[in-house]
Order: sequence, then structure tokens, then C-alpha cells
Amino acid sequence: MPLPKHMPKFEKLPALLLKPVPLFLLRPIAQHITTKIGKKHPHLFARLGKHTSTRYLIKPTNIPLVALLIPNQQTPTMQIFKPSQTPAHDAVIEGKFLFLLSMLDGTSDGDALFFNRELTIGGDTEAVVCLRNALDDVEGSVAADIADVFGPAGRTILGFLRRKEAQ
Amino acid sequence: MTIKMKPKANKFTKPELVCPAGTPASMRTAVEAGADAVYCGFQNATNARNFPGLNFTPDEMQKSIIHAHKNDTKILLAINTNPPAGKIQLWKDAVDLGAKFGVDAFIVADMGVASYIAAHHPNIRLHLSVQAAASTPEALNYYCQQFGVKRVVLPRILTIAEIKAIMQQVECEVETFIFGNHGLMVEGRCSLTNYVTGLSTNMDGVCSPASQVKYEQDEDKNLSTILGEYTIDCFDKGENAGYPTICKGRYRTPVRDAGYYAFEEPLSLNVSNLLPELMQIGVSALKIEGRQRSRAYVKKVVSSFRAAVDNIMQGGTADIASLIALTEGHKQTEGAFKSKKWR
Repeated sequence: MPLPKHMPKFEKLPALLLKPVPLFLLRPIAQHITTKIGKKHPHLFARLGKHTSTRYLIKPTNIPLVALLIPNQQTPTMQIFKPSQTPAHDAVIEGKFLFLLSMLDGTSDGDALFFNRELTIGGDTEAVVCLRNALDDVEGSVAADIADVFGPAGRTILGFLRRKEAQ
Repeated sequence: MTIKMKPKANKFTKPELVCPAGTPASMRTAVEAGADAVYCGFQNATNARNFPGLNFTPDEMQKSIIHAHKNDTKILLAINTNPPAGKIQLWKDAVDLGAKFGVDAFIVADMGVASYIAAHHPNIRLHLSVQAAASTPEALNYYCQQFGVKRVVLPRILTIAEIKAIMQQVECEVETFIFGNHGLMVEGRCSLTNYVTGLSTNMDGVCSPASQVKYEQDEDKNLSTILGEYTIDCFDKGENAGYPTICKGRYRTPVRDAGYYAFEEPLSLNVSNLLPELMQIGVSALKIEGRQRSRAYVKKVVSSFRAAVDNIMQGGTADIASLIALTEGHKQTEGAFKSKKWR
């Protein structure tokens, strides 16, 4: 999926960083992150209730990839696909990577992003609301947890993105 | 050298800042941001924000109360829905749990629940929810006299002059909304959601249940909001959207060319510019709406109003940062507080 030409350079950064990484390498990394977050925040699953088996499609609009999250308490999974191979799903959350990240970081309000059309949701609305509330109750920052997986480089990139988001 | 300035004597009564929390993380955020009191509810129909993934388990409530009290913050437990006929036990259980955990007050709408609290937990403060739809001195005093209500939350349909007049005639403290949802139906009496979905805002605690909301965006990025079997709004590409509530919907009618807002527009209440007037008339508490919102919202709104109230108390101005980015539809109003002709 080509990136829009008008997009600021920093918004292209996630796609540029991911571009040289083949899918077969991204998939285990995504799964590792998901497993780690699931273990660190087990109370998250209680808030999800019946939606631990819901298939959430996450679509960052400025990255040529989509993710399928199934937040099963025992074995939460996150699979990565090309947009052309979008898998079957129950709910969709779509927005720029930076906005999705800022929600995970606890610095953006999902309702406000929805009001100004930066966030699009589809499919099972209850499932999306449930996931949003569950993630918002996580102590600290899920975005920081993800960055930690990549060590100092991950934290540096997150710091950069946070500054951009704050501007 | 630091010069300490003596605060100017002022004419204001310092109100309690009452802030929302839908999760324990939001509660801690509100406490850190300077809330004097936080209101929250259990994960069931006993409160009017019974949304999926939101609210507190008994264990979370108990721990949250301990945390709040350690930080000199009060917890007000919202038990502000009406039990359906013959099914009051869930509400009694919620009250008893709240009392056991040491809540500072109950916020109630139903007379039966108020009566139960007055009889079984007379030492815990009772606040009358906006959901009780009481807006006259006669109605408000009735609750005070019959159930020992210590504070009433007034509906968002009154001017500041009317609030002042009520305050001179009621026997208790008065709390008013200052920010958030601007729903102006006769609160606690709205049956629009019930009509469309079969679920009751006032008894099930859910306005526009997410399980019956659908968003459909076409290829041109026009967005339709559907509740049950009804399309309640269509937003053009790039047009700001609102909550999927019927009272904020846009409808077609034979006498108008385009869809129009029959009840209210998607916008939020923001009376930050009127804070000095509210404080001057002696309102006891200022309420921020938004238990369904994120901790990012709680942090921004609570800290803004904390600073504003403190500045006014020190003789300064409200000087509040813009909160427009957090408002519904990215529009705000001073509503009836400013004028009855807000639309």
C-alpha cells in the first residue's frame, strides 16, 4: 500500500522502519510482544469478558500491514498480514499508527479521536469499546511495554514519537 | 530571593471538584490531577454508565477507596439507576458493599434506594443524582427531608440565576456540572434508548448500548451511525462526529431540505468562563462528566479545572487551556448556564 505523498516525514517513519523487515520475521516479534503484554497485565482479560475470543483487525493507515489480535487469556495471539490478505475478523480499529500508539500510551482519548474522524471503528462496536476500556485500565503504558521489547532503540523511537504526538 | 505574596482576600467559596473515573487507572489519574472527590460505579446496572469493559469490581472498588483516602480524596459511589419492579436486591448489595468499603457518599436517583440507605447506613452522606430529575426547591427539599440528602446535583437546564435562586431555598449543598456531556432530556426520564433498543438508560444503566451500535463508512469516507434498526446520523467525509445517541441524532423531515438535529447537537458543555460566577454564588461542588472517557481525558480536564479553581481562589482568572479537542463533535457550549436560548 503506497503512503500518501502529503504525509509528514515522521508519519512515514514506522513504515520506513518496517519496510526492510520481512513478514516471517515480524510475525514472531508481534507474537512475542503480545504474549509479554498478556503476562504483564493479566487483569486486562477480565475486563474483556466475552470478547477474549473476538478477532480484532488493527489497521494502521500509514503502515502497509494489518494485525489480527485475538486476546485469548491463555494464548493471546497477534498475526501480521499484508492488507491484500486481510483475514476474517469481527471488529476493526483503523487510524494512523501514531494515534493508535498514543491510545496505548494513555496520552490520547479514543472518543476525541473518533469525534474528529482520526479513528474509525467497524464491526462489533461493543468489542471495540471493551478493548479500549481494558487497555485504558493498564497501569503504565502498553506503548512503553512494546518499546521495551526493542531495548534502548525502541525507547528512543517511542520518545521521538511521543514528542511528535505532543506537538 | 523569592517573594511570597499574600493571597488576596476573595469573595469566593471554594467548591469541591468532583471528577469521573470509569476504571481504577482513571481513578488514580483523577486523584493525581487534583480531584477533591471521584465518582465511580460497579460493573452492573446499578450505575448509569454500565458500559462494556468499564467500571469497578468489588475488589477494585475497595482498593481504589483506600488509595483515594490515602491521598485525601473522597469516593462517591454512583448507584444512580432505578431498580426494575421487584428487583432491588442488586442495588441493596451495591449499597452494602459501598458502605463496607467506606465510601464517602452515595449518589442515588431512586427513592427506594435512598430510603434503604437512610435506614441502613444513616451515617453515610447521600447525594441526589441528576438522574432523579429534581429541579425545583419543592422536589429537592422533599428528598432532603425524607431521606436526609446532603447534596443535590442539578440538571443542566438551569441558568446561573436560577441556580442561585434554588440555592436560597434548599436545605442542602448544590452541585452543578461544568464540563462534558450536554444531554438535556429530562434526565432520569429519557426513554429514547429504551424505545429503540429495548434496554433502559434509567434501569439498565446504558444509553445507546454498544452491542446495538454500528458504524458504517463508505468508500468516500462518509460515516453512518446506526442504533438498532435506525440510522441516527450520517457524517460527511471529514465532518466531526458525535456519540451514537438518539438525542444527538440528525433526522429527515418533510418540512426541511436536509437532516436536522431534532433534540440537541453533538457538542459538550464547557462553562469554564462562568466558573467565577458559579463560585461566587456559593455552589458547593463542580462536576466533570465522563466516566466513559479515557484517563487521558481525565488527566487533561481535571488538571485544567483544578488549576482554574485554585487560580480563582487566589484572586486570579480561570485562565483555562482549551479543551475543545476533547469535546463531542469538537464543539462546546455554555448551554442553559449562559442562556435558555443556547440553540
